[in-house]
Amino acid sequence: GTDDHSSDLFWESRINMIHFVLLVSRQGKVRLTKWYSPYTQKERSKVIRELSGVILNRGPKLCNFIEWRGYKVVYKRYASLYFCMCIDEADNELEVLEIIHHYVEILDRYFGSVCELDLIFNFHKAYYILDELLIAGELQESSKKTVARIISAQDQLVEAAKEEASSISNIIAQATK
Amino acid sequence: MDNLFQRSLEDLIKGFRLQLLGESSFISRALEEIRREVKATDLSTKSTALHKLSYLAAIHGVDMSWAAFHALEVVSSSRFHHKRIGYQAITQSFHDQTSVLLLITNQLRKDLNSVNEYEVSLALECLSRIGTRDLARDLSPEVFTLLGSSKSFVRKKATGVVLRVFDKYPDAVKVCFKRLVENLETSDPQILSAVVGVFCELASKDPTSCLPLAPEFFKILVDSRNNWVLIKLLKIFSKLASVEPRLGRKVAEPICEHMKRTVAKSLVFECVRTVVSSLSDHEAAVELAVAKIREFLVEDDPNLKYLGLHALSIAAPKHLWAVLENKEAVVKALSDEDPNVKLEALHLLMAMVTEDNVSEISRILMNYALKSDPLFCNEIIISVLSVCSRNAYEIIVDFDWYVSLLGEMARIPHCQRGEEIEHQLIDIGMRVRDARPQLVRVSWALLIDPALLGNMFLHPILSAASWVSGEYVEFSKNPYELVEALVQPRTDLLPPYIRAIYIHSVFKVLVFCLGSYFSAQESSSGSSSTVYESILNLVNVIEIGVWPLSGAYDVEVQERAKNVLGFIGMAKQDIAKNVNLQDNDAEACRVTAFMEDMFSEELGPISANAQEKVCVPDGLELEENLGDLEEICGKFLKPVESDSVSCTDKISFSVSKLRIRDQQEASSSSTSLPAKASSSLLAEHRKRHGMYYLTSEKNDPDSNGTPKDYPPANDLASEILLDPLDPKRKAKHRKSRPVVVKLDEGGESRITTSQAKTKQESVTDDESLSRAIQSALLVNKKGKEREKCEGNSNLVVQEEETSRIEKPQNSEKKKKKKKKKNGERTSGKHRSRRRSEVASSSEQVEIPDLLL
Repeated sequence: GTDDHSSDLFWESRINMIHFVLLVSRQGKVRLTKWYSPYTQKERSKVIRELSGVILNRGPKLCNFIEWRGYKVVYKRYASLYFCMCIDEADNELEVLEIIHHYVEILDRYFGSVCELDLIFNFHKAYYILDELLIAGELQESSKKTVARIISAQDQLVEAAKEEASSISNIIAQATK
Repeated sequence: MDNLFQRSLEDLIKGFRLQLLGESSFISRALEEIRREVKATDLSTKSTALHKLSYLAAIHGVDMSWAAFHALEVVSSSRFHHKRIGYQAITQSFHDQTSVLLLITNQLRKDLNSVNEYEVSLALECLSRIGTRDLARDLSPEVFTLLGSSKSFVRKKATGVVLRVFDKYPDAVKVCFKRLVENLETSDPQILSAVVGVFCELASKDPTSCLPLAPEFFKILVDSRNNWVLIKLLKIFSKLASVEPRLGRKVAEPICEHMKRTVAKSLVFECVRTVVSSLSDHEAAVELAVAKIREFLVEDDPNLKYLGLHALSIAAPKHLWAVLENKEAVVKALSDEDPNVKLEALHLLMAMVTEDNVSEISRILMNYALKSDPLFCNEIIISVLSVCSRNAYEIIVDFDWYVSLLGEMARIPHCQRGEEIEHQLIDIGMRVRDARPQLVRVSWALLIDPALLGNMFLHPILSAASWVSGEYVEFSKNPYELVEALVQPRTDLLPPYIRAIYIHSVFKVLVFCLGSYFSAQESSSGSSSTVYESILNLVNVIEIGVWPLSGAYDVEVQERAKNVLGFIGMAKQDIAKNVNLQDNDAEACRVTAFMEDMFSEELGPISANAQEKVCVPDGLELEENLGDLEEICGKFLKPVESDSVSCTDKISFSVSKLRIRDQQEASSSSTSLPAKASSSLLAEHRKRHGMYYLTSEKNDPDSNGTPKDYPPANDLASEILLDPLDPKRKAKHRKSRPVVVKLDEGGESRITTSQAKTKQESVTDDESLSRAIQSALLVNKKGKEREKCEGNSNLVVQEEETSRIEKPQNSEKKKKKKKKKNGERTSGKHRSRRRSEVASSSEQVEIPDLLL
């Protein structure tokens, strides 16, 4: 009974293609979550538990899609990480696989052959990159170069701000506040 | 300067990897620290704390709604670094009921107007996630401005947000729609992709209102080589074609072009899906699509195989030939490693089922069920059961075969669908008279197999088999063997309520045999000793088998056993003095005749809404409290109870007891009778197996408890039996297919109306949005037309124009006028073609001539 109830809470009005993005390690550890449709924290943990259970147990030669609660979850394994995205039944699974691959390539380019540790320690960077790739659950940038350029521009903004913040005059100004 | 001593996010992550405290205590410690730090006045301390909290929320599912206000504080910082952390925290911590939601409007407005495009982008991203109705209303002017921004980075993001704004605040469509449409003509691929994405969602919500933009979409469909964009466009056209079928012919050609040209499987698949779902009348396109599906099916890539099957199942309802052509691949996929692929193949195979091939396909599936894992095996069984029983066994011609199939299913080792098989065995027994002999044969084979008794999943099937054998005992080849099967020792593995059914069936068999024995004696005045011996054997087998149950723990079993034994006790004497039995008034003979009468009453299926057909008789107060009845019934029941204890009593009381009982159940089922063990059990049994009791009331001429107005279910059934067969049924089957009692379909129609209702409701939900789009389009077209009037150089534009709307001063009035005009023109121009009828169906929408 509870299952039915919670699925009612999910996405009563669809306004985006991708409902959520999930990165889970082979050991079942969550490395990134991004929700484009509103969920409570409880629902989120339930979704993660349910899906990682299904996906981690699937054999290597099976297809990359699972039918789940009337939705489709497209996933792909890269090294030790599973990248998963949830979409509607009618959406294009292969397109989403391409989006996943696209994201991985951009991450790879940004971190220089990305590995799980990169994502653990720079989880916010992985988020920022995802935000340049998708907006409101829609693909918004299909050029890898452009994403890389935008991210580095924002990094520079942050660096500049940090330098300013840690300049001696600033520290003195704060200390004497 | 606590800044220097604060743990950074990296420290936290490292600490987490090294911690020995255990995950939850480490998190709660970290949270304590964060709660302290986040209160600091210094914004960098605050933002670092918030950053750590974001991490814990995203990765470890920590609740951070309490930090909503702190997130607001950090967002107000002038530093990009802080802002970014703040906005991320907001998207994680805000929801529609957040109390500080009101406070963010100004901050968002400020950032949306910022000169720094990255700050604008942060605000847009945030709006797309937390936008409420109020936010959407207050910020729609800003979003409108950004839709025309000269920076493509900003314009693209603004486009992505528009959908959320429209969704929450449909009036924003009036403001923003024009800009959105203008962006369809952009040369920037990213913006185009975003806009098309927006229209894709709008079209899927309300295709009619997007129809006037079809020429613009068509142009992009032909020109674009961007797969992302094309996929979205295909989705749009598939929606549009559902409301305007004439579009199909126009787009079929470019879609086929893409299908032939592209190597991208995602685009090919989308083309295939669009064709088979929306352009199914366009033969050439469908043929090409099916050819592509075949390519998918033979690929090694499991993804393509799965999608190929999936596309086939979309095509199946209209193009069954496509499925039949690929039958081999489908059957092969049944043994695929991937459960998804197997399931898809199963659904396809079930879609192929017709009267002619049902036995062949079932044969194939039963073989797969035998060697599949339990999950898939039961999926197969339930699919076969549901397809075959659809619409009162519509596709079954040979019921003997089907009944045998049901028997076979019971013997599949993993079978766990006992309840459904039980239901169908009984249902067929009641509906299909001609199937009864075979039913009895199959039931007997199931009952006699001791191995089946050990599998609790099969108990419901055995229960049905025993009932069928008892109810239709006249078809039994060898009642002696049947009785042996029903009283075999392993039946104690059955739950009591099924055992009771077994004993009741024994009773029916016994009555039947004695009845025919007595009547044979009457007619031939004396019978051979072999008949006498065999009947004695039968009685003895029953007595030996049932005797131990007279002390059974379960009262229901005990009572039924005692009924049987009491009956035997009485009958035995009369059988013994059989030779000189000439007088008709032997007690056993009378009682047997009476019981036979009772059991021979035919049971029919009960319509799902039979209860509704029963009108409440005058003077019956359903609402009235029946508490007073308790006293009367209490008195009435007592003597019967005390009698039933002794098993030496004659059968006659037992029968009358049952009758009294039934009468009372019928008249006072809702009263709170004292919990007399046996009567409540009987009530429970009656509730569970109500069908067995239907007859007793009718046999009782003096049962005052049941009002005469209640039409028993059987009457309904026989009425319908007389009805002509379903006119849809083909003539050739009239003779060969046995009559299947089918009750009224009132229930179904009710369901469909309720579905229609919900559909209606959902339509009204989206209405505000679609109305907004339609009116926005009117305004938009007006502006556009003027532009084009000035410089119309190509033919397309001219053609487009003719169908477009002039000056919408009063949109309502104008619409009507337009409709008229459209209708006139259509009938005038294309009278020779068959289009006028189609045009009338799409009256509400203007569809440019370009596409017709």
